[in-house]
Amino acid sequence: MAWRLKLVPTYTKIDFFRWQFLTFGLSALASVVSIILVLTVGLNLGIDFKGGTTIRTESTTPVDVGAYREALAKLDLSDVTITEVNDPSFRADQHVAQIRIGPKEGEEAVTPESIAALEGALTQIDPAITFPAVESVGPKVSGELIFKALLSVAAASAGILIYVWMRFEWQFAVGCVAALVHDVIVTVGVFALFQLKFDLSIVAALLTILGYSVNDTVVIFDRLRENLAKYKTMPLREMMNLTANETLSRTIMTATTTFLSLLVLFIFGGDVIRGFVFAMLFGVVIGTYSTLYVAKNIVLFLGVDRGDKPKKSVTPDEFAKVDA
Amino acid sequence: MTRSSLWKRLLIGLVCLWGVMASLPNAFYGRVESHNDAVAEIEKANGVATPEQELALADWPNWLPSSLMNLGLDLRGGAHLLGRVELADVYKARMDALWPDVRDAMRDLRDQVGAVRRAPAPDGTLRVTLSEPAGMAAAIEAVQKLSQPVITLTGVGQSTLDVVADGADMVITLSEAEQRATDDRTMQQSLEIIRNRVDEAGTREPTIQRQGTDRILIQVPGIGSAAELKGLIGTTAKLTFNPVVRTTTNANESPGARNLLLPSREQKGVFYVIEETPVVSGEELTDAQPSFDQNNRPAVSFRFDGTGARKFGDYTAANIGAPFAIVLDGEVISAPVIQSHIAGGSGIITGSFTVEEATELAVLLRAGALPAKMEFLEERTIGPELGADSIAAGKTAAVIGLVVVAGYMIASYGLFGTFAVLALSVNLFLLVAILSSIGATLTLPGIAGIVLTMGMAVDANVLIFERVREELRAGMAPGRALDAGFERAFSAIMDSNVTGLLVALIMFFIGSGAVRGFAVTTSIGILTSMFTAVYVTRLIIELYMGWRRPKAIVV
Repeated sequence: MAWRLKLVPTYTKIDFFRWQFLTFGLSALASVVSIILVLTVGLNLGIDFKGGTTIRTESTTPVDVGAYREALAKLDLSDVTITEVNDPSFRADQHVAQIRIGPKEGEEAVTPESIAALEGALTQIDPAITFPAVESVGPKVSGELIFKALLSVAAASAGILIYVWMRFEWQFAVGCVAALVHDVIVTVGVFALFQLKFDLSIVAALLTILGYSVNDTVVIFDRLRENLAKYKTMPLREMMNLTANETLSRTIMTATTTFLSLLVLFIFGGDVIRGFVFAMLFGVVIGTYSTLYVAKNIVLFLGVDRGDKPKKSVTPDEFAKVDA
Repeated sequence: MTRSSLWKRLLIGLVCLWGVMASLPNAFYGRVESHNDAVAEIEKANGVATPEQELALADWPNWLPSSLMNLGLDLRGGAHLLGRVELADVYKARMDALWPDVRDAMRDLRDQVGAVRRAPAPDGTLRVTLSEPAGMAAAIEAVQKLSQPVITLTGVGQSTLDVVADGADMVITLSEAEQRATDDRTMQQSLEIIRNRVDEAGTREPTIQRQGTDRILIQVPGIGSAAELKGLIGTTAKLTFNPVVRTTTNANESPGARNLLLPSREQKGVFYVIEETPVVSGEELTDAQPSFDQNNRPAVSFRFDGTGARKFGDYTAANIGAPFAIVLDGEVISAPVIQSHIAGGSGIITGSFTVEEATELAVLLRAGALPAKMEFLEERTIGPELGADSIAAGKTAAVIGLVVVAGYMIASYGLFGTFAVLALSVNLFLLVAILSSIGATLTLPGIAGIVLTMGMAVDANVLIFERVREELRAGMAPGRALDAGFERAFSAIMDSNVTGLLVALIMFFIGSGAVRGFAVTTSIGILTSMFTAVYVTRLIIELYMGWRRPKAIVV
């Protein structure tokens, strides 16, 4: 037998429901805490959603946040935040800062004048400074972007609900979507907790998490459906454990390859997309967890109709040409 | 193991070969790009090529595919502007232009309507007070004669003007249908003029699109100075020649009815009171060029078209000795005194320009004035250096990601892991090939999508291999176990990929910009990975099984 790297032993008999009150309770608690965090502390919304301007500065001289702040204080700008950006991929003499300005009261559009004034003020204290990225979003557009973002997450969830319902049973669809909503809520909660910047790209990451999590869950459901046809009398709980154990090696394997490629992106992909990649990294972990501990629990709780008639979606002779 | 039919094998082989060939140009991005530019330029010049173009042409053989992925603004650098056209501006202009006609029509009806004057009203509404309200019916009828039927698909039977009586006032507005038709025209004109201006600036492949009712999205990749572009697009460039009533230094002076108080561009604190209705306007220009005046200062020379030249000639003949103002976007550039009758319809605008300003103004005047003001709702500018940094980071991440995933797959599945990695490489080639041939735009999140695809693409192989392991454990012969693995894993692969695709499609339709780029690469990645993981891996394994005929296999 050749040597193989195995994160999961060949045969496992993990009872995924043993601690179900603890795991399910933890998930429920995490979701509730996330919602409370978002409502009370709030998200650190980026300009996509709040309006305003971000300016990336780059210079060969080190960033002096104090001097920047002083230079900008003279200008009539609201809600200025300045953060220095550090990244292992930067050159030794590459000093980057991110400046964010809130939207001006009562102004619908972007004002090129204030950007020009800001650039002028910074150039005065550091002649070597350049502005590799300037982004401005007016409050009118940012309001629409929030709506679009919510719409996209809702539409994706609804689409998945309908697809899983058509391919499986409604209990599976509910379990699947509950797991997805859990993943998204907890991820958003983490962004609120650590006050990470939440912008449009994070919504794309959330959608990707949806896609990943549903992928993971559907694979287990697919196997469960197969086992339902195979073992007619096995109790549902036992069968779910069997299914999860049978697919565990695959679940962990895929989670690992995805996690590894994202980790590489997180380390080497540059600071511009780090938040985006972080959301997806976290999503892979929580998506795998929810596949094992949330989706199945809900299906078990709802029960599966195991009448003697074959299920519409299970064709008993689907694999008949392969003799087992 | 059952063998696929020959034609199927050939087809799979051909697709893989195409993938490698069609993705190849992207490895030589700069050379292929200059080659493609040369081809386009030579075509434009009807096949005449300069030596430099010949040289660029030779950089890349003609018989190889030459489609490239477009690099998004975040990778190439450039400017992204989302502008809103103030459509209501045009309603106001239309009503202001209508007033003289209405006044003339009322003059003909003087005995019925008495004296008329224009009463203050919101922009886009013309309110006319009649001294004899008894003549209202006749007045309304006369104004309706000025109205024309609206020519749109939906507005059949409607006329351009809505005229109603309000006490002694007659209130004229554009009808609903005419407003819609005007909006459409305004947007078309704005798009056209912006396109002209951006083309004059000579940048490559700009995107200029209408979005929704009143928005225009402008994306210009690779532009050197974003401020310049904004100046080019953000300026209305509305040029008019107006009679001057008087000059003043009081910024708050009331200009009086139908007059405007405008600042001087050159002298701070000097204001001109001018008549609101221009003598001639920029629309009547046929040409504008940067030039120099007699004192060798930069200036812009212009020429009027037939009607413009006549109007200008008539006005100058009648007003010798009086000043007139050259007004650009609400500022008086200069206000020369008319020395003599100016026939021939050409002239020169001076006003302490720099050479650059004169050149830019000439471009703007040539391209025409925007029919309405533009307001910027969203503005993103990425410098080319940041884009280059992002490309470098994306490349590094993709290469390391591939190595890590490959190492992990080989460590986990041995020889079969190697097969999966081969299929994964084909997948990457195919993904890039498809992105290039459909002319998709690669963005930084798009690169993230490619790296993520690498991690998730092996999932189908993992599903198959895990299944094969199970079947082998159950005591199946190698060939049978492989068949069963592929067959039984297929339903799970299908379900998981369809849901993934669903999410990506939703992202594509709802998302914008960078999110879209991500959606495009992930959805194409899902499709290609299904193909490579199922068919290409299978073909490789079939070939291996046919070649070595192993008694036992270890997955």
